[in-house]
Amino acid sequence: MEKTLNLTLKVWKQNGPREKGRFETYKVSNISVDSSFLEMMDILNEQLINEGKEPVAFDHDCREGICGMCSLYINGRPHGPDDDVTTCQLHMRKFKDGETIIIEPWRSAGFPVIKDLIVDRTAFDKIIAAGGYVSVNTGGVPDANALPIPKPDADEAMDAASCIGCGACVAACKNGSAMLFVSAKVSQLALLPQGRVEAARRAKNMVARMDELGFGNCTNTGACEVECPKGISLSNISRLNREFLTAKIKD
Amino acid sequence: MSSLFSSSIGKKLLMGLSGLFLMIFLLVHLGVNALLLIPDGGEFFNAGAHFMATNPAVKIMEPILGLGFLVHIVYGIVLTLQNQKARGSATYASGKKTKGVTWASQNMLVLGITILAFLVLHIAHFWVKMKVTGSDLLEHVTINIGGVPTEVENAYALVNATFSELWIVLVYMVAGIGLAMHLSHGFWSSFQTIGFSNNLWRKRLTTIGQVYAWFVGLGFALIALLQYLFFQA
Repeated sequence: MEKTLNLTLKVWKQNGPREKGRFETYKVSNISVDSSFLEMMDILNEQLINEGKEPVAFDHDCREGICGMCSLYINGRPHGPDDDVTTCQLHMRKFKDGETIIIEPWRSAGFPVIKDLIVDRTAFDKIIAAGGYVSVNTGGVPDANALPIPKPDADEAMDAASCIGCGACVAACKNGSAMLFVSAKVSQLALLPQGRVEAARRAKNMVARMDELGFGNCTNTGACEVECPKGISLSNISRLNREFLTAKIKD
Repeated sequence: MSSLFSSSIGKKLLMGLSGLFLMIFLLVHLGVNALLLIPDGGEFFNAGAHFMATNPAVKIMEPILGLGFLVHIVYGIVLTLQNQKARGSATYASGKKTKGVTWASQNMLVLGITILAFLVLHIAHFWVKMKVTGSDLLEHVTINIGGVPTEVENAYALVNATFSELWIVLVYMVAGIGLAMHLSHGFWSSFQTIGFSNNLWRKRLTTIGQVYAWFVGLGFALIALLQYLFFQA
């Protein structure tokens, strides 16, 4: 027989950005341990709609851990109690029958709440727009070995590029700092020849935008790295510091 | 270059560089303090103190050291206030259950204030007496430095008398542990901030940082304790 869970959910409800929020308590039953956390949320919402109540608003899109849309601060951790997964990849088997689950939005001045569990993450888009790209079209995939790239560089660039911009780093940070995100975006391009050309300008512009948007200063606690669903390394932050400082000193 | 120190990373650069500078100072300070453990009635320590008080290089470094402390304290407060603002007032009802984050790394300001409080006391105990008000204990003594009889202040007597009081020794022990914790995060963090770290060096720096932090912090605490226990006439 399939194992199921009965759960109590304490969910943050907030009608709008300027409204005062509160916790609402809901009960869900017969949740399969094989379902994902977001499927459980769907079941809750279906239940609420059938009762004629307003469903809980939460962000979601691809549901396979690559779009960066899902968020949720679950029982004290961004993306919940599992490591290296997004909320959509979190399985209900990580919870116990009868458990109370507290579900909150990301908390940071840079990510204001829009409604319930949805926060405004356009600040990340603004940082990307400040320089997180290569300005010229670099064409199709080049011939292998036409442009030799050391294997460690290629690997590190690929690891940095796995950042999905979900904002868990900011949510976990006691300083509300976006350094892990910005450093991943700067690193993935700075490590490869196509992105290297604009590396100095990119680092300066993205950091300036990050500061302007009111994100905090990194104190290297490492909470972001632990909670990052993609395991983005703190070494990227050191690389960003290096890129930024050398660019500034050359000015 | 102009806008460097108004940027977040620029301000942290000042924090990291002043931190590294202060860590070098701590090693020099501990080195001189270690002379207190030579059981020669303080002759060696007095020679060391005399050297530190008269050497022109040290004289030049003294105001720079003061500036180093000032920059580190002022920017520490400025950055922390900015961070609290960036974090916002809303807290997590379910708390913070992120594992693998050291307590020290999240409480650098608290540890810093502990060290600052100690520093005020420490300066009142020694620096003020040696440089400003003077003390009967500091009455000049003649010692041999490299075979040359030299008249020096009896700094050892002042140190020895100060460490004869239990409460002072206890304050030094607490401050030593606070310092060790502050440095246990500060050491690797300063290198990370100036851009000198990667996956390999992070492991090395955190290990060296732990050794350095506890060596220095416990070193100061232990010297005060040994003075209290074994060096009182």
